[in-house]
Amino acid sequence: MRNFLVRRIFFAIITLLIVSAVVFAIFSLIPFDPAALTCGQRCTDQIIEGNRVKLGFDKPLFMQYFLFLSGIFFGRSYGAGSAAFSCPAPAFGYSFNENACVTDLLREALPVTVSLALGALTLWLIVGVSLGVIAARFKNKWPDRVSSIFVLLGTSLPTFVTGLALLIWVTIKWKLVPLSLVGYTSLLENPFKFFQYFILPWITLAIAFAALYTRFTRAAVLETLGEDYIRTARAKGVKERTVLFKHTMRAVLAPIITLAGLDFAGLIGGAIITETIFNLPGLGRLTLRSVFEFDLPVVLATTILAASVVIVMNLIVDMLYAVLDPRVRI
Amino acid sequence: MAELLRIENLHVAFPTDDGLVRAVDGVSLSLNEGETVAIVGESGSGKTVTGLSVMGLHKKGAAQLSGSIHLKVGDSTLDIVTATDEEIRLVRGRAVAMIFQDPMSSLHPYYRIGNQLAEAYLVHNPGKKKEALKRAIDMLDLVGIAEPDQRSHEYPHQFSGGMRQRVMIAMALMNSPRVLIADEPTTALDVTVQAQILILLASLQKEFNMGILLITHDLGVVAQVADKVSVMYGGRIVEQGSADDVFYKPAAPYTLGLLKSVPRISTHGSERLKAIPGQPPSLINLPIGCAFAPRCEFTSYAVGNICATDRPELLGSSPAHLSRCHVAEATRDRLFVEELKEVRK
Repeated sequence: MRNFLVRRIFFAIITLLIVSAVVFAIFSLIPFDPAALTCGQRCTDQIIEGNRVKLGFDKPLFMQYFLFLSGIFFGRSYGAGSAAFSCPAPAFGYSFNENACVTDLLREALPVTVSLALGALTLWLIVGVSLGVIAARFKNKWPDRVSSIFVLLGTSLPTFVTGLALLIWVTIKWKLVPLSLVGYTSLLENPFKFFQYFILPWITLAIAFAALYTRFTRAAVLETLGEDYIRTARAKGVKERTVLFKHTMRAVLAPIITLAGLDFAGLIGGAIITETIFNLPGLGRLTLRSVFEFDLPVVLATTILAASVVIVMNLIVDMLYAVLDPRVRI
Repeated sequence: MAELLRIENLHVAFPTDDGLVRAVDGVSLSLNEGETVAIVGESGSGKTVTGLSVMGLHKKGAAQLSGSIHLKVGDSTLDIVTATDEEIRLVRGRAVAMIFQDPMSSLHPYYRIGNQLAEAYLVHNPGKKKEALKRAIDMLDLVGIAEPDQRSHEYPHQFSGGMRQRVMIAMALMNSPRVLIADEPTTALDVTVQAQILILLASLQKEFNMGILLITHDLGVVAQVADKVSVMYGGRIVEQGSADDVFYKPAAPYTLGLLKSVPRISTHGSERLKAIPGQPPSLINLPIGCAFAPRCEFTSYAVGNICATDRPELLGSSPAHLSRCHVAEATRDRLFVEELKEVRK
């Protein structure tokens, strides 16, 4: 187990270095002067050159990359004298568009996206797995048919349609959830407001994923029900309910958890459409804005963050799998 | 000897898109205390379906059953064909238990051996967790697993194939059932391990005075352990009798074919394997006449074209030895003796 962890963490670091280097290289190839992007309309060559030196864009590329990496561990300061400013570690650069350290921007956006992803994950797991089990239990009967309609709708309707539909009907027409929700409230601060704020985005994301999970769970349950060890359980005289919820679900759980971990990691990278529709100040919207505004330090940071989350979740999922499946020893 | 199980005129059919599959077509047999009855036949002959019927393990709706399966439960009998799901469930694993062909896939990979065994006891004795675990260890010990206490905490993948089959047998014995159905219990195992498992089953049978319904295609296994044999072909019993009768005086051409096709180590050079020519029949469209007629080499000895037009009945000069064949019994006796001489040389 310890060897496994050491090895995996080592490879995770290597992967992250490669990802960051590649992203860094791509941005250096973009035919824009990063220094010129740092100032607005009233720009003089003097300001541009000043910013170039301040932000280190005058240095060779590998040096810039090194400064970027060292910033993550030791923080970074820009400029000199009275105009100097600094970002404490872990520093991912400085956004001139926002006049803020990138880390601060991430720190504001991350809780929103994590709340969105965790809530949606909980919702789609409950709905998807339950529907999948019901569909498998009543295969080819009406509950199965109804759930297959749900699967069809959920997988074919894009989130911008379900999201907008929810917004129009639930919020505007039926006024079930107030529209004027300004800003993000944390769960601890005001749980009621938190739920009001997130319920529609959760549902929007959950519909798409729940449909996939329904289909996956149904297939996995049906496959497991055909296993020899399920026949053994029945031969022992085990109740049909126990066969389904204990013997079958125990085997179905491991792959579902794996899938959920990876999907969750993907969402942290940014549920761009959902965040945009519901105006959530999360990572997805931050990424989108920074891409449109050529706010390169932010794009770089969000890309690396998304990659890290995927790598870390992969590691967690592998470890969980070893806990769930006694045949897997790491 | 008390009768533990009596199957009478059992029919099992599965409706499919291609038609009705008549997997079992009028099977009757009986099993007594301490007795081993073998059902022999090739794949698709209906032997496993018969075994599963006794356990009531066919899916409701997927299988159509008729006839009767009288199983002795305590002092009364239960007809599995007409019993409710719950009645059958309470009998399963208690009055009748089953061990399956593939011990590699028949144990749940995620649960500890001890718990899987204990569950078999707990289902019928709720709340007695302690006794169940103790009994699990006792049973593991009984089937010859060393350090049963420690091994009961292990998972199936930590056991070899032969050991897993021992575990399956231990699981079947958790409630001391009167009837044990062993469906190809040695097929998936190495030859050396096969013998060990058969010896184990025989000794346990004595200890528990069980009736064993042994389902197999392996005539070698049948010869070693069976008291009575039913040979199945195309869902029907084509020959039924004592093991000695079936082996030394086979009366059905199919049984003869099976005996001839057993590979043996020849003393004089290489010899081709003798297979029965042709394919087993489709269970959807069985031939109108004798199901075995298309593959039978003795049809010319029957009267006219009767093998192709009429279904032979299960008959015999002695009720203890029955067979299905249109060829006169005396003619068969004479012909088969010659054939067997060839085989037993």
